[in-house]
Amino acid sequence: MTSAAFLCLFALAILGYVWNRQAATAIRAGGARLHSLEGFHGFYALLTVLVPVLLVMLLWLVLQGQVVDSLLRSGIAGHLEGRSAGEVQLILAEIKSISRGMVFGTPEPWKIDAAERYLALTARAQTLLLVVVVVLSLVLVVLGRSKVSAEFRARHGVERIVSGLMIACSVVAIVVTLGIVASLLFETLRFFERVPVTEFLFGTNWEPQIPLREDQVAAEGAFGWIPVMLGTLVITVIALVVAVPVGLMTAIYLNEFAPRKFRAVAKPFLEILAGVPTVVYGFFAILVVAPAMRAFAASLGVDVSPNIALAAGSVMGIMLIPFISSFADDALSAVPQSLRDGALGLGATRAEMMLDVLFPAAIPGIVGGVLLAVSRAIGETMIVVMAAGLIAKMTINPLDSVTTVTVQIVTLLIGDTSFDNPKTLAAFALGMMLFVLTLMINVLALRIVRKYREAYD
Amino acid sequence: MYDTPTVERTVENNTVKFAARDVHVFYGETEAIKGVDVDILDKTVTAFIGPSGCGKSTFLRCLNRMNDTIDICRVTGTITLEGADIYDKRIDPVQLRARVGMVFQKPNPFPKSIYDNVAYGPRIHGLARNKAELDEIVEKSLRRAALWQEAKDRLHEPGTGLSGGQQQRLCIARAVATAPEVLLMDEPCSALDPIATAQVEELIDELRQDYSVVIVTHSMQQAARVSQKTAFFHLGDLVEFGETSQIFTNPRDPRTESYITGRIG
Repeated sequence: MTSAAFLCLFALAILGYVWNRQAATAIRAGGARLHSLEGFHGFYALLTVLVPVLLVMLLWLVLQGQVVDSLLRSGIAGHLEGRSAGEVQLILAEIKSISRGMVFGTPEPWKIDAAERYLALTARAQTLLLVVVVVLSLVLVVLGRSKVSAEFRARHGVERIVSGLMIACSVVAIVVTLGIVASLLFETLRFFERVPVTEFLFGTNWEPQIPLREDQVAAEGAFGWIPVMLGTLVITVIALVVAVPVGLMTAIYLNEFAPRKFRAVAKPFLEILAGVPTVVYGFFAILVVAPAMRAFAASLGVDVSPNIALAAGSVMGIMLIPFISSFADDALSAVPQSLRDGALGLGATRAEMMLDVLFPAAIPGIVGGVLLAVSRAIGETMIVVMAAGLIAKMTINPLDSVTTVTVQIVTLLIGDTSFDNPKTLAAFALGMMLFVLTLMINVLALRIVRKYREAYD
Repeated sequence: MYDTPTVERTVENNTVKFAARDVHVFYGETEAIKGVDVDILDKTVTAFIGPSGCGKSTFLRCLNRMNDTIDICRVTGTITLEGADIYDKRIDPVQLRARVGMVFQKPNPFPKSIYDNVAYGPRIHGLARNKAELDEIVEKSLRRAALWQEAKDRLHEPGTGLSGGQQQRLCIARAVATAPEVLLMDEPCSALDPIATAQVEELIDELRQDYSVVIVTHSMQQAARVSQKTAFFHLGDLVEFGETSQIFTNPRDPRTESYITGRIG
């Protein structure tokens, strides 16, 4: 039924398009000068039918369930009296599954009756929807047709509707962002009702394994995020120490010095590297890099932890290499040829040209890329879940095992969870801190980019 | 007919700076220059004129090997600078470009301060032993480029903040600061207004005292005003080369005459 309504709507909208277009063509054939092209008259009809009716249908489909539910509930009010909200929900679910033909056991007869009524209600709602859509579309088609005249500014109307649609689309991004922040914020506030903010922000002890039920035996629990953040910091710094020099050197070489053939081979490899799933990087870290580092350290007589931070960090660095090199490559390529010519024409070597002219001119792009890489390193989850440790330690030793904010969020949210417990809510607080951190870095990146751009353009 | 009577100017110097013999330039399969012979004299302004795409800029870029930066470009024949073949394997193009400066069509100041723009050449070639000497070179170059009065109070502001004409004079100052022997100018006034153009032309005439200047231009009036020698290029050939006054008053080749009188181009 719903699909029939959609089909009718589209058919009528197209009918409106053709009708208006033909009317406009007829006016022009009669010798009048149209304000708008015939196509705009057609699109005006199409959009004035499509947009409002689609909105109505959307609202209808959202509200239909609730209206039908409340009608259903009022029909069986006698049977629901004195039951809790949860029980009512269960009964409604049972009725709906009966209506779909999934009957478990022998339900009471009133439930079967209700299921039949539910089916009838739904069918009626659908028929009503079809009628409403057809009538509304027809009215709009006729209304649109009545507007066609030589002076009618159909183009302005179309432009207004399209710009309205564009505004609506861009609002979606804003609304979703606000929604994400809000959902994080509310859970975080609930967490801070149970654990003081100061303990979370300044505490140096992270042991979130508290009992979920009264009868479980577990530790007292401590929620100081500093060791976790330190872990993230250690891994991020290691990743950047690997990625920034290698990425920049790669970009400089490929952009300026590499022979065409080498570039043709190296570029696809970098793209493959950028396309490797992070899980696979995780395998690489635990199966290849970490054992190799352990073996090397053992040969030097140094005892290192099995989940060595250096392994997770350096593999994350490898993941970031194509990211940084492609940003830097774009930034270097964007420097105008005239600047290269200018430097070479003065007798600069290519190295001098690169260091003195291209690099300063490309700095905004490069810094932007590096800071985005920092954001990614902080937010990266899979590699560290696989290769970093779980125990939070107050250490900045890259040979030790550390944990990160993202790893803790994952471990807090898998397995048995209940959402009124500080252990679970702590994940949201960590997520909030992560969000704030990356937001600050992104703002900083934008500021730096803007500042240098002003100076160099 | 022209702003400055060209006939009164004479070429005072006859030392050959650049000598080109049978120069061909290929871009891939396309032959852009088809066998050019030309002698460029010291302390003389030589103008290259000709319709668009005739190869005059390409030939200019051969003189300091800027064509090396284009992968598909190939140069044959010989070009000598004071008797030494500049396409010899032992010649370092970087050294060559320090001796043969270049000013481009579009002003291309580096994203640095005015001072650093001018000081760039002297710095990379080690022309100044200390800060005072460098200051002196910068001031002298900016004075030569007639930019000192406008720039002296804002030496440490970015060069990109200057107007178009000032930027082009900054680029000339930058080229002059390297103390080249020859200055190549590729349509240096095409992006400038008439006043800035007049300033640059005046400057070119002054530079002639110390340098050999080669200028590519689309403006025949400009060629007539600033140059002593003129070369007319057409479709990759050097059609005619001689005294500017002779080219503009009494061209030998009918193609030159047609171009100068505005029939081709």
